[in-house]
Amino acid sequence: MMSYLLRRLNLLVITAFIVTVASFALVYLFPGDPLINLTGIVPANSEAYAQLQQEYAFDKNLFMQYVHYIQEIYQGNWGLSISSHNSVLDEILLFLPATLELSVYALVLSTVIGIPLGFWAGLRYQRPVDYGILSASLLGYSLPVFWLGLILILFFSLNLGWLPMSGRISLLYDIPHYSGFILLDILHSGLAESQAAMQDAVNHLILPTLSITIVTSSIVIRITRRSVTEVMESDYIKAATARGLSRGQILWRHGLRNTLLPILPQLVLQFTALLTNAMIVEVIFSWPGIGNWLLQAIYQQDFPAIRGGMLAVSAVVIIFTLSMDVLLRLINPLKDRDVHGTI
Amino acid sequence: MLIVAVTGCSEGPISASHADGVIYCSEGDPGGFNPQLDTSGTTADAAAHQIYDRLIEFDPDTNNIVPALASSWVVSADGLTYTFQLRRKVSFQKTPYFTPSRYFNADDVLFSFNRWREFDHPYHNVSGGIYPYFVSLGLEHFIESVKRINGYRVEIKLRQPDSSFLANLATDFAVILSEEYAQQELVAGTPENVDNLPIGTGPFKFESYRKTSHIRYRRHERYWGEPVQFEKLIFDITPSRSIRLAKLLTGECDAIAFPGHSDLDIIQQKTNLVLDEKPGLNIGYWAFNTLKPPFDNALMRQALAMAIDKDTLINAVYFGSAVRAKGILPPTSWAYQKNLRGTSYNPVKARELLDEIGIQPGFTMDIWAIPIERAYNPNSMKMAELIQGYLQQVGIKVNIVQYEWTTFRRKLREGLHDSVLIGWNADSGDPDNFYRPLFSCAAIVSGTNRANWCSKEYDDLIDQALRYTDPQERRLFYQLANSILQEEMPLVPIAHAYRYQAHQQHISGFKINPFGGVRFGQVKKSQ
Repeated sequence: MMSYLLRRLNLLVITAFIVTVASFALVYLFPGDPLINLTGIVPANSEAYAQLQQEYAFDKNLFMQYVHYIQEIYQGNWGLSISSHNSVLDEILLFLPATLELSVYALVLSTVIGIPLGFWAGLRYQRPVDYGILSASLLGYSLPVFWLGLILILFFSLNLGWLPMSGRISLLYDIPHYSGFILLDILHSGLAESQAAMQDAVNHLILPTLSITIVTSSIVIRITRRSVTEVMESDYIKAATARGLSRGQILWRHGLRNTLLPILPQLVLQFTALLTNAMIVEVIFSWPGIGNWLLQAIYQQDFPAIRGGMLAVSAVVIIFTLSMDVLLRLINPLKDRDVHGTI
Repeated sequence: MLIVAVTGCSEGPISASHADGVIYCSEGDPGGFNPQLDTSGTTADAAAHQIYDRLIEFDPDTNNIVPALASSWVVSADGLTYTFQLRRKVSFQKTPYFTPSRYFNADDVLFSFNRWREFDHPYHNVSGGIYPYFVSLGLEHFIESVKRINGYRVEIKLRQPDSSFLANLATDFAVILSEEYAQQELVAGTPENVDNLPIGTGPFKFESYRKTSHIRYRRHERYWGEPVQFEKLIFDITPSRSIRLAKLLTGECDAIAFPGHSDLDIIQQKTNLVLDEKPGLNIGYWAFNTLKPPFDNALMRQALAMAIDKDTLINAVYFGSAVRAKGILPPTSWAYQKNLRGTSYNPVKARELLDEIGIQPGFTMDIWAIPIERAYNPNSMKMAELIQGYLQQVGIKVNIVQYEWTTFRRKLREGLHDSVLIGWNADSGDPDNFYRPLFSCAAIVSGTNRANWCSKEYDDLIDQALRYTDPQERRLFYQLANSILQEEMPLVPIAHAYRYQAHQQHISGFKINPFGGVRFGQVKKSQ
């Protein structure tokens, strides 16, 4: 187990190294002065410039600059946003939780919807129910998420007027920032109208979460269904049937665990795709998350923000994937065999 | 009952506490919260009438000048001395960052004027130290002194009579800041806070601002004027026109800025929405950077002006809700010259002129298109594309350039453009407010003269016009100025657009301000 953890740690370090090198390279690859791209500070005169150069080791060679860059990143100095003049890290910490909140709800919902439906389809392999679920998931899978979001807005917001189409909560509620997760923040705020605020926040959550969930749960259905059909075809299930166990007993004792274990790693892989979808959905629903923020940064050519945002999103993906990998290994001893790291 | 009407068919997301505030969906980020420092419409909207007051105001209905922080004023017979009697017991806003210890008085007026007027004032260079509106009008040279007679009386002396002076004091930019707050921040070593965490005497106090997202205000409880009817005011910054409309339809916005000209029918059809319309004091134009060859040649500019068909542009971009511009003044101005002949569409003549000055077919130029909608140009990208088509017919290739609004204006001030599609919203009803900021030499520095065009002869004419109070006499000078502009063509005037704003039916008292920024002080929201 120890050597396994070390290998994973090794992988983490290498990946982190590559990501930081890439983000440091952006400083030079973006147009303009690398020092300004790095710090977001526009020096007023040549003395200030020279001082800044020294501060960031820009008078030394590239390697020293990189080492210094890593130190600054580690200490939480990610530079200033050119457009807002705020610390990039502070802004990311403000916007990233909104994206994570959306992604987590969508991931949970996709699993809760996708796995039972996948099971049902798998158990009714090549029967009408299976065909029905399969075609529905194919449809959901092939819908582009931005189009789906727009259709939901058109139908539920503009035509029916049931749900709001933008933001996390009506701006009239001023919820103090605490965890960045809006529902937790409302509970924590202790506002007199927190009941109404909660209702409003949930209303705002429904459409964006639904857009992501429809796409992601289709994939979950397909993964689960395939695993179920494979397991149900396997020899030990046939043996159990031969021993005279009921369908329910077979499924409960042998089917469930053996089906779920191989699909968990695949579900984890879906998180990356889900995060990307969440970032697209944010733009459509004016959700104040990292995707929306990054797009603004790109539009305003705010290079420190683009670099910081890219670093933060990569870090989230790497940390999530690796920690899930370790977790899965703990619950699935079969994974002992593959000692080499994967991402 | 009304709530049901607003959302269309169900109570939906609207909850009781909504009655407490008004959400206005604005079109862009403000450049800051001090209109002295920025002529952008978004800054005027966000600050000029919400946070601040002026000595005098324009009445949005009659366009007359009415008392505000000055309860009365007297102009001397020679037109050189203006004495203002100030209103008593006017409170500045109390916020977590500032607690006023005294009422508004003459010191605040002196501070607000001297900040931009005196180059050695401790606040002059704070936040960039550029005061575009005042510089473009040359006001710092016109004013000889601003004196405190007593705590509630201020005297302003001019070097020469200026018939537009009072009108200038009533514009969005002549706001009154708090001298006490400025001193506090100066001592604390953070003078730029005065412009970012504003304090004024206006109906709302600033609460917070998140760029590209929203601005929050709260009611100023001790406002000197009519009490504000609701607790919270929120600017929901929504740059996309279609999303603003959608939010108005879903009830997420109570009022929106700049409804699209193509969307006006949709708004009119909804019984729960109101569309207001007013002829605007504005001009949308196409300016050439006259510092850059070949645009320094008047013939080149004449040729380009002839190459475009303004009528088609107006139909396609304004959907007919604009008047074709002949000169720089809109027909509603008293100095409008009826017999002025605008340029007419003549691509053949344009090509001949281009040949004459040696512009080869295949010549490439940039057109910068503003990234946000303004009343004077609701869709400058589309206009740029149409012009691109016209210029192709005379053998000129066009690159269309667009940046985010703050970046756009910065690069424009640096003079990096060949030509730009932009415009001007009048800040006062005075014709000088068109002639001076758009074409005077001083306005190049302040960044409102987008053509970077400078003529001594022209400047003399518009200076002379200000020495006369009789409109007939002034008109004569403006006609002479018009003929210079026709000859030189530093910019092609395109259209004077109508102004529109749309809001929910339960919002009342939200009037179109013909001179710039939106006002929420008098707005009421019914349940």
